Amino acid sequence: MLRTAAAVAAGKTVRALARRRGGGSAFPGLVAERIQPRILRRALADIPGGIVVVSGTNGKTTTTKMLVAVLRAHSRTVFSNPTGSNFTRGVLSEMLPQLPVSGRLEADLVVVELDEAHAMRFVDEVAPTHSLLLNVARDQLDRFAEIDHTADLLARLGAASTEGVVANADDPFVSRAADALDVPVRWFGLDASIADRLPEITEHDSRFDDAPTTRDPGAGDARLRPRDERAFDVVFPDVAVGPVTLRQRGLAAMINATAATTTARLLLGDDFDPSVAAAALAAVQPPFGRGEVIDVDGQPLELVLVKNPAGFGVALNTYGSTPVATMVAINDNDADGRDVSWLYDVSFASLRERGVALTSGVRAYDMALRLHYDDVAVDRVVPDLEEALDAFVAAHGGEPKRIFCTYTAMMALRRTLAARHGLAHFGEDAPA
Amino acid sequence: MSTEILAPDGPTKGTVTLVHLYPREMSIYGDLGNTRALASRIRRHGYTAEVVDHHPGADFRDDAHLFMGGGGQDSGQARVEADLEAVGPTLKAMAADGVPMLVICGMYQLFGNSFHTVGGQVLPGLGILDVTTRGNDKRMIGPVCLETEFGRVVGYENHSGSTVLGTGQEAFGTVLAGHGNNGEDRTEGARTLHVIGTYLHGPLLPSNPMVSDALIAVAAERATGRPFEPEDLEDPLADEARGRQVRRLVGAR
Repeated sequence: MLRTAAAVAAGKTVRALARRRGGGSAFPGLVAERIQPRILRRALADIPGGIVVVSGTNGKTTTTKMLVAVLRAHSRTVFSNPTGSNFTRGVLSEMLPQLPVSGRLEADLVVVELDEAHAMRFVDEVAPTHSLLLNVARDQLDRFAEIDHTADLLARLGAASTEGVVANADDPFVSRAADALDVPVRWFGLDASIADRLPEITEHDSRFDDAPTTRDPGAGDARLRPRDERAFDVVFPDVAVGPVTLRQRGLAAMINATAATTTARLLLGDDFDPSVAAAALAAVQPPFGRGEVIDVDGQPLELVLVKNPAGFGVALNTYGSTPVATMVAINDNDADGRDVSWLYDVSFASLRERGVALTSGVRAYDMALRLHYDDVAVDRVVPDLEEALDAFVAAHGGEPKRIFCTYTAMMALRRTLAARHGLAHFGEDAPA
Repeated sequence: MSTEILAPDGPTKGTVTLVHLYPREMSIYGDLGNTRALASRIRRHGYTAEVVDHHPGADFRDDAHLFMGGGGQDSGQARVEADLEAVGPTLKAMAADGVPMLVICGMYQLFGNSFHTVGGQVLPGLGILDVTTRGNDKRMIGPVCLETEFGRVVGYENHSGSTVLGTGQEAFGTVLAGHGNNGEDRTEGARTLHVIGTYLHGPLLPSNPMVSDALIAVAAERATGRPFEPEDLEDPLADEARGRQVRRLVGAR
């Protein structure tokens, strides 16, 4: 017990120091873990309402945020990992300020987003009661090597969940994995009326010999049924949640809301209230880099994080209907994925009409070259991000702007925007 | 099989048929970029590009002038095995006849003599390139810079197979930065006649247009019966993208 108290105290101290320096979010967790290796297991030992792990390639941060909002709207206290330190030590670091020296977290529920690899480390320590399996797409192959391997990790997360799993009926990898589970599975997916839009949000070439899903919704399963480009309902066999209009645009966000709603209902049971859920979803702010809008000299500038072919394709589809002045910033640091060959699996045809004002980042010329092959005109190539941002704002001052960027490029751009344009709440949310 | 025709802006100098082998199953690291680069460059040189996607079980175009094959996962390789066995002898005869081919990663391994899995299984290859690959627990991943007969080439590798060249087998290049065939002998890829095998996947050709031109020159000659008549093409973006990677990876050496 004393050891736990020491670990909690040391972790809190390191976290306070790290935050004063504006530094890393995982280190305090590491310190606490060194002193008491079982600290995470102990902290989560008394959570009555469930321990939920959200995982998959795309949409973790958005979905987690929505799920937490719906649960809190139902008067549940929820611990989550909003700084996007989506690995075990990050979860621990986030938990430290709320942790009493007993080392036992006091919350009704815990909802954490973890990438597939870190989910495995988490389940080695703590068995989740539930998991939400979103999708499997090519991402960071320099880390995970193969998409089949990623799919296997999600299957193992599902198998480690003790009470229930919520799974994407439209994703062939997730669907295959969840079909093999012994625990109850709730499914979410697109309504048959919009099944033809599936290619917008899934990995195309991984699907070639998968038959289309013909799963009839059972009790507790939900389908997304859009009313128009913005408003939609989440339809259960017995009840509908909606109409909901999210603050975030696009079909992918609607699917994330459907996943979150399905999971919330499974967790809340009879306490689930459709009107409370709808109101909570409508109030969720877009997370960091998911269509976040910053005011730059009276004009909106949208920051859109891109990190893999499926995600970039979704982003281009989502924003393609409203073309604005566009910049693309591509870095190839570890956090971005060092391999930029995935850019050749994205079609940039939707940018052709308007063209691209600037490409920037370490791989600015590679991006310009990629656009050249899709006949998209590029006005300028400026590798330095700060210089590029200034040039972009100067050249397109009187109009709305959009920047597609990889993770570290976004971090750098946000720092510059914070310094020059008073960007609020810097670092409050971070991506998966 | 699906076919796309790209005509040049002016009068055509002839039609070059380019076959992309298994674009669905063996195309996980942006390999489509290589096909796009070849097609676009054939066009810019004033030829018509006929781009054929070859899928398992489809009729094989034994009259093609140029082949491209990419990398896949184990599950993708399993899906093309039977077809590759069927078209293998034709591919081998065409390679020996001097048809240019670019094979990357998984297809490079399949073009070799054999692949020895970690579990001790021996999978025979087509034997077009005299190389042997052994499965490895460690993956070789990262950016690469090579010295080749076409000049300095940049790319990205991600493979667990460790490949060794047979006696007398030429490499595609010498490793200046990165792992290459096996991380030990500084060789990368293999080249026999006009067949190039390499681990550099994805946008190899967009960033290294001189490799495209070497392949296209031979293909155009086979297609028209006349010497290659290139246009004088400028590639400032490719040159800058490549130059920057070379400087990052090997400095000013």
